[in-house]
Amino acid sequence: MRGRAIRWGVFILCLTPFLMLAWRAATGALGADPAKTLMLQTGEWSLRFLVLTLLVSPLRQWTGWALVMRMRRMIGLYAFFYACIHLASFGHFYIGWSATILAEELVERPYVTVGFVAWLLLLPLAVTSTRGWQRRLRRHWQRLHRLIYPAAVLACLHLLWQARSDIGEALVYIVMVGALLAWRWRRSRLWHARSRVAATRAAHT
Amino acid sequence: DYASARSGQGFSTDEDKTPLGDVTSYNNFYEFGTDKGDPVDHAHEMTTDPWTVEVSGLVNKPGKLHLEDILGGFDLQERIYRLRCVEAWSMVIPWVGFPLAELLKRFEPTGDARFVEFRTLYRRAEMRGTRSFTSIIDWPYREGLRLDEAMHPLTLMAVGLYGKTLPNQNGAPLRLVVPWKYGFKSIKSIVGIRLLDSQPATSWQTLAPSEYGFYANVNPRVDHPRWSQKYERRLPNSLFDPNRIPTRMFNGYAEQVAHLYKGMDLSRFY
Repeated sequence: MRGRAIRWGVFILCLTPFLMLAWRAATGALGADPAKTLMLQTGEWSLRFLVLTLLVSPLRQWTGWALVMRMRRMIGLYAFFYACIHLASFGHFYIGWSATILAEELVERPYVTVGFVAWLLLLPLAVTSTRGWQRRLRRHWQRLHRLIYPAAVLACLHLLWQARSDIGEALVYIVMVGALLAWRWRRSRLWHARSRVAATRAAHT
Repeated sequence: DYASARSGQGFSTDEDKTPLGDVTSYNNFYEFGTDKGDPVDHAHEMTTDPWTVEVSGLVNKPGKLHLEDILGGFDLQERIYRLRCVEAWSMVIPWVGFPLAELLKRFEPTGDARFVEFRTLYRRAEMRGTRSFTSIIDWPYREGLRLDEAMHPLTLMAVGLYGKTLPNQNGAPLRLVVPWKYGFKSIKSIVGIRLLDSQPATSWQTLAPSEYGFYANVNPRVDHPRWSQKYERRLPNSLFDPNRIPTRMFNGYAEQVAHLYKGMDLSRFY
């Protein structure tokens, strides 16, 4: 019961940036260039939720809270949700839903390509986020969902590539994603080392 | 208050003007931060009085202009110009100012002068963007024009907009407006003007030569590596009206300025 209340709380909290953007859009409070504001804000929220998703496992290990693991799917889906609005804003405001212009942008502007690929990587993760798919894919599910690592790296690159004179903001995300990936790398090395030790021990007894 | 400034005959567009609130709250003025909303929040920290513009280099009468000389010494006109940013957004702004040519003539450029270099105020204590550790701009901000571009009647020194004194975030007390070039050429809050015989190094060109050229003429046929320049978003826009319009050669001022670039390969001299 308490877990459910917390999950609803988190759901509303994650939706709040969207609700605030929608409210500002409806009241004309997005400034002179709502297109740009929407693009920047939804892109940034998507990256923030990606970082939060990556933070779940370490947080689980450090704090022992089982509840955070049950939030992971929702937070990950929110990363995808904001990425979709980001992409839709690009389609609507920047290229006027023209496939020709999209193709041209993808070829000529690598940061657009990189961002688009990041979104493509998140797409199967969102589709297979249900329990049903988790069961069907079994151990492949986990492997598939490691696609979030390249997606997060590409999202950082997408931001860095657009920095014109100040790379500070991009650096913050790069450091966060870098630290979270480094934590996983170290954990998997420890895990392998431990299983090697266990295997050796088993062989000797 | 410049309500009495006469309108610049034949120089103004009759397109819908971008509302004052948008013109003064959506700015690129990296000295105060890289976000469009930073200048309106922080530019008030800049002192604009007293203000001195030093004119030097290849001129017969080098010297200084003080704020009073600038505000009282020229016949002010209102000119409604299109402003096209290299980032593919655009505005229509009623400026108040005088032709740069009038200013330059007072200092008498010598026969050797071929280029003009401009410099923005660089005062760390009052410009928080210049204190950013991660900024890679080599302050002060510099821009430049060929002398014939500088002497062109469209090239304006603005001291106001919408009939009022220029707000700090728009480049008070004195800024350049070159309507047929991308916005970054229209340097703000000028403290130095130097006449030269060779092309000066400008800030954006130095930072990323493959992206920003010295000429920076608005040209839908030459794309910026990060943005297509074929279209622009005329501000303000809204969710229901993205206000995307095709970009015009020389920002619609081809008739007046195309002759300046006769015979030049504009994809090379971008």
